[in-house]
Amino acid sequence: MPEAGLVVSAAAFYLFSTLVLVSGVMVVTARNPVHSVLFLVLAFFNAAGLFLLLGAEFLAMILVVVYVGAVAVLFLFVVMMLNINFVTMREGFLQYLPMGGLVGLILLVELVFVTGGWTFAPEVTMAGSPSTIVAPLGVMTNTRALGDVLYTQYFYLFQAAGLVLLVAMIGAITLTHRSRPDVRRQKISEQVSRPRKDSIEIRKVPTGRGV
Amino acid sequence: MLTITLEHYLTVAAILFSLGIFGIFLNRKNVIIILMSVELMLLAVNLNLVAFSNFLHDLTGQVFAMFVLTVAAAESAIGLAIMIAFFRNRGSIAVEDVNVMKG
Repeated sequence: MPEAGLVVSAAAFYLFSTLVLVSGVMVVTARNPVHSVLFLVLAFFNAAGLFLLLGAEFLAMILVVVYVGAVAVLFLFVVMMLNINFVTMREGFLQYLPMGGLVGLILLVELVFVTGGWTFAPEVTMAGSPSTIVAPLGVMTNTRALGDVLYTQYFYLFQAAGLVLLVAMIGAITLTHRSRPDVRRQKISEQVSRPRKDSIEIRKVPTGRGV
Repeated sequence: MLTITLEHYLTVAAILFSLGIFGIFLNRKNVIIILMSVELMLLAVNLNLVAFSNFLHDLTGQVFAMFVLTVAAAESAIGLAIMIAFFRNRGSIAVEDVNVMKG
């Protein structure tokens, strides 16, 4: 009689991984791109569940917040904003099926071969430097431990990640920004630098007559 | 069967990664689906990193999974921005219309 906790965690693993894979298939094969995006959201949710099973609570929550909350919604916006006939884009779908299936299958067989027949070298099994070894649960939460490592040992990489995000933000703004000629905008530098002779003119008005 | 080992997680990640490759081949014309397939592949990589991190009791894998998440978010934002700029100029996002550089 197996332990009850073991059964529950195994059932959760099989549930989450089945749902991840099924929604991955649906992302790739769905007719409507909106459905693809929604299945992508489902895949991310279930991957977050797998992360929880692995004890990476912080990453699971980040996955839900960043991917489901930001990236997938961004995809959804773009799909709905662009006025594209997606039916014509499906042409040639079956034409690529054998080639894609072959490449995917070969890759999968290779990867399963790799994951099937290997063991850790004996000196690797506790590879981490002492500062990054996971503390047992109850001593320190996952988020706290991750922060302890991230803000000390990987501080420069953390800053570099911030720079990557900054560059991505600036790049996205400059790529999508456009100046439309029919919209009149206030140009303060032009207003300030306007010389006096362009704007006012002095006329001698003869006495008794109009301008 | 009941004890979930590292191999279980690696197999799931391998299937997910192959699905991403398969999706790129299958949707050769639609850039949006290609970007989503790339996201699936990055998710598989993250799953590998976190699984190794758990089974080796080493936090480094989770730190790197976080960096992969950062880069993936930046990549999808830039990719979608390029796509919108291209759609404005050409009125299409089909991959075969992207031929200005004769690539």
